[in-house]
Order: sequence, then structure tokens, then C-alpha cells
Amino acid sequence: MSSSSYTISRSSRASRLAAIFGILLLVALAAAPWWAGRADMRLLSEIFLYLSLACLWNLLAGYAGLVSVGQQAFVGFGGYMLFALAMFAGLSPLAAIPLAGLLGALIAVPVAVLIFRLRGAYFAIGTWVIAEVFRLSFAQVSALGGGSGTSLPVGIVKAMASNRSMREATTYWLALGMAVLVLVVIYLLLRSRNGLALTAIRDSELASTNYGIDIWRHKFVVYVIAAGLTASTGALIFLQKLRISPDAAFSVNDWTAFVIFIVVIGGIGTLEGPIIGVIVFFLLRETLADLGTTYLLILGLVAIVVMLKAPKGIWGLIKARYGIELFPLSRRVVDRDLEN
Amino acid sequence: MDWINAIIQGILLGGLYALFAAGLSLIFGVMRLVNIAHGDFIVLAAFLALSTTTLLGINPLMALVIIVPVMAGIGYVLQRSVLNQTLGDDILPPLLVTFGLSIIIQNALLEIYSADPQKMNAGPIETASIAVPGGLNIGVLPLLMFVVAVAVIAGLQWIFYRSALGRAFRAVSDKQDIAQLIGLNKAHVFGLAMALSLAVVGIAGVFLGIRTSFDPSIGPGRLIFGFEAVIIGGLGNLWGTLIGGIILGVSQNIGAQINPGWQLLAGHIAFLIVLAVKPRGLFPRID
Repeated sequence: MSSSSYTISRSSRASRLAAIFGILLLVALAAAPWWAGRADMRLLSEIFLYLSLACLWNLLAGYAGLVSVGQQAFVGFGGYMLFALAMFAGLSPLAAIPLAGLLGALIAVPVAVLIFRLRGAYFAIGTWVIAEVFRLSFAQVSALGGGSGTSLPVGIVKAMASNRSMREATTYWLALGMAVLVLVVIYLLLRSRNGLALTAIRDSELASTNYGIDIWRHKFVVYVIAAGLTASTGALIFLQKLRISPDAAFSVNDWTAFVIFIVVIGGIGTLEGPIIGVIVFFLLRETLADLGTTYLLILGLVAIVVMLKAPKGIWGLIKARYGIELFPLSRRVVDRDLEN
Repeated sequence: MDWINAIIQGILLGGLYALFAAGLSLIFGVMRLVNIAHGDFIVLAAFLALSTTTLLGINPLMALVIIVPVMAGIGYVLQRSVLNQTLGDDILPPLLVTFGLSIIIQNALLEIYSADPQKMNAGPIETASIAVPGGLNIGVLPLLMFVVAVAVIAGLQWIFYRSALGRAFRAVSDKQDIAQLIGLNKAHVFGLAMALSLAVVGIAGVFLGIRTSFDPSIGPGRLIFGFEAVIIGGLGNLWGTLIGGIILGVSQNIGAQINPGWQLLAGHIAFLIVLAVKPRGLFPRID
């Protein structure tokens, strides 16, 4: 047997099947305006937007070691930028969404320079302070309704599409597109040199420094990308809500606690985790939400138990048991003779 | 004159913030744990004090005698039963578990006490004031709180650097494994550290409940004030934490003097300026 019969493989049968299934699912979801009801589409949009927030938080905490409890800063910032660009610059919401993302990435640059001075858990609380600063600052802008917030003018909403069902289909597709975009960006990022460096940094900062990896720069790039995409997602969230206020826009429960819950339950540090987590989260919510505060109590308890008993989440358990991977990220040595 | 008054009130308020911060600083120093639920424990202590005063009909200041040991007990049990399991090289588990705790405490308080703001009444001492030269009046209660805060910091400083317990704290903080070898049970020592931290939280909670109105949602805000005081003062420096609290209190009051909407913002901005100029805080401990 010659050594050439060994190759490095990234894809596997499971990942190829997952890719085919994923494309079929995507086609079915894209066709939802023709088969789903109005309420279903709203729920699906919300699921997609939470999925994209969860994937982005997971990219930060699970891959770059940047545990943030202040991502609501960028959700709210994106939302407010959408309103500001649409109301004062006369932009169509469709153009304002990517621009809000760009502005979110821009504001993340000075923010990162400041809070990257804090380490670990102190970094986490530092991100929260930033979110508070954003919330208090936007509450001071009277043109955007100050502390009580404002609604998106009807004219701007109507100009988006000719009729109501077309408008709803558009926002639905935007939400679906956002989730797909986030997944693709993160997937490509993790397969790139940058992703390899991130894995190295996560495993050992000391060793990766010795290999010449600039830790600060890599984390910075990830933080800025995540901020931009989070801001775009935030713009979409408030395009669906049509109303924004500082407390709703910068809510730590809605945009960070739930997102952390999704990632922890699903499995932190895997791409599959947030997908599983978002399904579990919405199943729980649709069945238990009537319980109000008790529902949140249960969420908190479940998160603690999972963190203590199964820190890799549901997907971690599946992966450890069956060794499957739906997104081909890791490399395996394959013996061709055995495979054929 | 308003300005001088704002500054004096800010200094006194800073004492309360130092109390928020001291417990946070202590457990970080001993076990590198940041308790995200710290602020919610402060609010929990305030609500426990509220129940105690209404149940027993005593002055809230007297309730300290009950609240402080109860909070210390909660701290010890919590550390031994849950938080010790999360400690290790990975910072994620303690962070997320205490984040979960924060949500649990907030919603449990909401369930029991509703979202209505509450306040405790400490009697005539609340309105008593001392006239000082220059036409200023200093409230007896804020002054008392400030004095207690200074005493608590001094006490913690003494425990940490002069007592056997403090030696145990410093030993496990420096090298956990070696501390175990010389006969310290680190699980127990960590439990005591958390008990001490929540005992301070108990004092802070009672004072908070007398000074302002409170409701179940204000915990995270108190955590942030405490955290800012720690970072402004310099990590690991208890006296620095007191000065950090004072700087925060004074900035907030100056901000409020300019425009009521700027009160909290001014405090956060003072914190960000310190972070930009002296990232290790104003008085970092020399290691």
C-alpha cells in the first residue's frame, strides 16, 4: 500500500447528505409565501432572525473566545439606523438594511479598541456597559422619539411593495436571506486561514502567539464582522416590528439572554448547535410562553443544567456519540483503499 | 452652591457603589469568578429585608442583623453546590451559569413581589441632616451609609491581609493545587469567599432599599455600577474600589446637574474615559 492512498478529507457522507437536504429545505422555505399562512411566515421570520443572532453570538463566544453580553448594542443600533436612514435620508428600507450593517461595523471599531482592554468575564460586562451607553444615548435623541421611541412612517412602509402580501413576502425573504448570509459568511470565515487561526487561538493563545498569529487582529476582525451582521439583523427585526424604543431595541433579555440560551442548549462552538438550539427554543416558547415569568425561570434553569451537565449542548452529545458533522469544518485522514 | 452639593452627594453615593463593588472584587480576587448575578443578589437582599421589616415590624437598619447572615448562608451553599463545579480554565461556564442565575432571581422576584417599585422606610433618620458651614446640609443617612462603606472596606482589607482566613484566600488565589497540599480545602475556602461577598451584598441591598425605590429588574444596573467602580479603581485594590465608587457617584451627580437625562450616561462615560486612558484602573495593585 503506497502512502498516496491517504488523503485529507473535509466532507463526509453526512455532510454531503446535509448539503442536499439543506438546499431542498431552503427551496421549500423560499417558497413559503405560496404555502404558509401569514402567522406562520411571521414566526418563521422570527426564527430566521434569532438563528442569525445566535450564529453570530456563537462565532464570538464559541470560536473567538469573546463572550459578549452586550450584542443588543448592535441589534438596537441597527434598528435605529434603519429608522434614521429611512426617515431622515429618505432611503428605502431595502437599501437601509445593508447600510445599517456597515455603520454597525464602523461603530464597532472604536468600541473594540476600548473594550478589548478588558479580559474574559470583565470583557463581557464591558460589552454590557457599551449597550447601556447606546441605549441612554438614543433615548436622548428627540428626533427619534427620545425615551418613548417612534414608529416607522406608513408612507415608507407602503413604498416597499405594491400590496400587503408582497410586503410581507419581502420581509420574509429578507429574514431568510439574512440567516443564509450569516451561515455562509461564518462557514467561509471558519474555513479560511482566519478560521484556522481562531481555532488555534481558542486551543492555546500562547502556542498560537509563538506561531506568529496576531491574536488581537484576528479577534478584532471577527468582532467587527459580527457587529456588522448583527446590526443588519437588528435593522430587519425592527423593520418587522415597525416600531422602536430604547428599551425594546437594547433589551438584554430579548437580544442576548435568549440568544445565549439558544447557543448553549444547541451546542456552543459548533455551527450546527445554534440551528438545533433555535428549534428547541421556539418549541419551548410556543408551548410554554403562556406561563410568563415561570417560562423564563425554566429557561434559566435549563441553561444552568445544560452548562453543568452537558457543556457542549445537544449537538455536542450527538457529535460525541455518532461523530457526524453537518458542516464540513474539521479535517480527517481518509484511507482511499478502505473507502472504496 | 448646587455644584458643591452635587459633588458632596456624589461622594456619599459613591460609598454605596463601593459596597456594590467590594463583593465583586473580592470573589474575583480569590477565584477569578465574575458573578453576573451580583446585582440581582443585591436586589434579592433588598426584597428579603422588605419582607423581614413588614413581617417583624422592625426598622430596616435592624433587619441587617438577619439579612447579612442569611445572604452569607446563601452564598456558601450556592458556591459549594453549583459554582464550584463551574470553575476551571474555561471562563464560559461560570459566566453563563451566573447569567442563568440572574434571570432566575429576577423572574422569581417578579413572580413573588410583582413589578411594582418598593421602598423601605427607616423612620426619622431618613430626613435628619447635619448643617455644615456654607449653608449646606448633609443627610445623616447617606453619611451613615458612607461611613459603613468605609468600615466594610477597611474590614475586608483587614480580613484579606491580616487574618488566617485572608491567608487562605490569598493562598488559593495564588496557587490552588499547592494550597490544597498544605491542607486548605479550596471548595470550602471558595465557599467562605462567596459567603463574605454576599454578606457585603446583604448590607448593600438593605442600604439600596432604604435609599431609593427598587423593583426586580434593577439588578443588572447595580452590577454595572459595581463593575465600573472596580475597573475605575483598579482590579484587586479594595481602597481603589472605594475611590472608583466615589468617582462614579460624583460623575453621575454632575451629569444629572447638567441635564437629568445624563445622570447614568455621565457615569458610563467617566468609566470609558478611565478605560481609554488607564486601562488597568487608576490604582492598579502592584503584583
